[in-house]
Amino acid sequence: MFNSLSDRLQDTFDRLRGKGRLTEDDINVAMREIRMALLEADVNYRVVKEFVARCKEKCLTADVLSSLSPAQNVVKVVLDELTVLLGSTDSRLTLAQNRTPNVIMLVGLQGSGKTTAAAKLAYLLKGQGHSPLLAACDTHRPAAADQLETLGSEIGVPVFRGDGKDAVAVAEGSIKEAVDRLCDIVIVDTAGRLQIDEEMMQEAVAIKAAVRPDQILMVVDAMTGQDIVNVVTEFANRVDFDGVIMSKLDGDARGGGALSVREVTGKPIKFVSMGEKPDSLEVFHPDRMAKRILGMGDVVGIIEQAQKVADEQQVADAERMLREGFTMDDLLSQMQQIRKMGGLQKLMGMIPGMERAMAQAPQAASDEQLTRIEAIIHSMTKEERARPKIINGQRRRRIALGSGRSVQEVNQLIKQWGEMNKMMGRMKGMMQPGAGGKKNRRAMQQMMRNMGGGQGLPF
Amino acid sequence: MGLLDSLRSGLQRSREAINEIFYMGGEVDEDFWEDLEDTLVMGDMGAEVAMRVTDDLREQAARENLTRADQLRDALARRLAAEFPSAKRDPFTDLPSCVLFVGINGAGKTTTVGKLAGRAREAGASCLIGGADTFRAAAIEQLEVWGQRAGVDVVTRERGADPASVCYEVVEEAERRGAELVLIDTAGRLHTSADLMRELAKVVNVTRKRCQLPVAVVLVIDATTGQNGLNQAREFNDALELDGLIVTKLDGTAKGGIALAISSQLGLPIYRIGVGEAIDDLQTFDALDFCRALVGEGM
Repeated sequence: MFNSLSDRLQDTFDRLRGKGRLTEDDINVAMREIRMALLEADVNYRVVKEFVARCKEKCLTADVLSSLSPAQNVVKVVLDELTVLLGSTDSRLTLAQNRTPNVIMLVGLQGSGKTTAAAKLAYLLKGQGHSPLLAACDTHRPAAADQLETLGSEIGVPVFRGDGKDAVAVAEGSIKEAVDRLCDIVIVDTAGRLQIDEEMMQEAVAIKAAVRPDQILMVVDAMTGQDIVNVVTEFANRVDFDGVIMSKLDGDARGGGALSVREVTGKPIKFVSMGEKPDSLEVFHPDRMAKRILGMGDVVGIIEQAQKVADEQQVADAERMLREGFTMDDLLSQMQQIRKMGGLQKLMGMIPGMERAMAQAPQAASDEQLTRIEAIIHSMTKEERARPKIINGQRRRRIALGSGRSVQEVNQLIKQWGEMNKMMGRMKGMMQPGAGGKKNRRAMQQMMRNMGGGQGLPF
Repeated sequence: MGLLDSLRSGLQRSREAINEIFYMGGEVDEDFWEDLEDTLVMGDMGAEVAMRVTDDLREQAARENLTRADQLRDALARRLAAEFPSAKRDPFTDLPSCVLFVGINGAGKTTTVGKLAGRAREAGASCLIGGADTFRAAAIEQLEVWGQRAGVDVVTRERGADPASVCYEVVEEAERRGAELVLIDTAGRLHTSADLMRELAKVVNVTRKRCQLPVAVVLVIDATTGQNGLNQAREFNDALELDGLIVTKLDGTAKGGIALAISSQLGLPIYRIGVGEAIDDLQTFDALDFCRALVGEGM
């Protein structure tokens, strides 16, 4: 039983990789695996059929790059096709320049996450210097307007509720309100509706006619199954949306629906929603998504995420660490940094190959281990954290008791701290001007060896 | 007939899809089997289950010499129905009872609680709603509106309160009043969020320990969910030891095939299915009716 598309494809390609040359039969086997994997990832059945046929065609006819092994060539073909299918460029919001206020309307099924997405979108636009207004046009679900109002007040964005009865009237009223309040963008949150509910679809069309939105975004749950095709086709025909927000992508759903939506309607995925906090709406990158699906890791994603959390204070800290050595507090703050970025598991999942390594040895690096180390450090005094060298046997015992861990674990942590500090020392040597090229390289190699040996970092 | 009819109309599309196959001709050929498998996959049943079911049916066809489409249809319905375990106890009618509703965001937990409370009230049971979703904005207000509609009291606390302590209070209040049916709504969470799952496990443990009534933990799952539904159910089951399922939003074009996969693989009975917006559209689940409606007419 495979858990994810990544695992599955990786396994297929591992089998292919073992061979020097691929026959048509090999390709057939690989394509069958890909078909099953895509189906398990909820890519629509018809989309899978066409996709696999196209890939096979390409595999048989494509110019074979001599620099790649036959199996790598198959990977490349599949990756390229997947990227094409997901749309080859980043898609952004297009708003009319000469219109104030601009209007963005959100539609979707019940429970897909429209209200949450509306608040996230408002937060994003506010951060870009806009002044958004949220319009609560979900007059059907109990307390939907209350929910929007609460979310709005949390992010400091005004919410227009109107009379709370007629969705079209609320939408119209929100435009006037936006003009009065000098807001430049109105985000219209609508009620969830089934695509076969005639009355509700009429309402959506009526809201659209009333406010003439610049952009209509459809919110689609990343976990949706095969039915996604019926849903988006009907919404595209009736309301004609411009793009899609994929919600709940922070779960482990592979989001195969993204492929289906793109293929069936041709509409781009514009944003992905990755969590519960208002800042978790991200621009969709088809290339990254394709790579992630293929288990090739989202390295760019990691870097961007790291950039987001790094601030000047941390740069200053890094300099201090090089100058004065690495303290337990530094270790603690680094671990908190990892947490901020979504935890070790999420981070590792983005690194190529790491996901599989973790599946094989899940206890080797877990977020729980981080928690344990944190507990140990928290049980140290300020002095001990700044100068771990003073921690003697007695102190170790006290720390172990305080943190509820064993003395061995405390010892291990201190040993690892020592290793890290040594590494810091070497880095310092390399950075000093005038250090010889050869020496430099040797130090670097030594460092890589240490890290490769799994001793460099405590997690 | 009311139940069967609305089930049928709810599952119209899937039936049509399967009908297309069965009307292709009297005698079945290789294409028939392949199309059948594909249709089951399209119904979110999962490639693995679909293949197993088709293979079994194929064997049965050979063994019992079934060559006509209607025979196969009947056999398929029975075959699929056999995949569902049956419920030993219905926590909504075998009173007294305390039920916790869990699931991912937007599955329809709050709405389900509201509808069930209305139903219980109509049936004359003394019912109490507990609002342990203290996380989502306006979840409490939403539940209170449902409580007013159903004429059932809601016990809850302010937003941000500890959900386990809310449950404790709900159970206390229920015991004080002698309520027969206690329905507790919890905050939606993704099964991948370890912290939130631990929080939920605590909520469930507190309720199970404190409550004198038999406690059932019910996973609410959206019928449009794809194969990830199985992961969801598995994680929730591992963390909470679920008692059963409620499948919502079956009134769309979604086939709800994932319900079959979850129910059969985890051995969880389906207590109710939602086939519409009205209170009465939350119905008792009958495996054979469900599968007959899914497979088609002419039984």
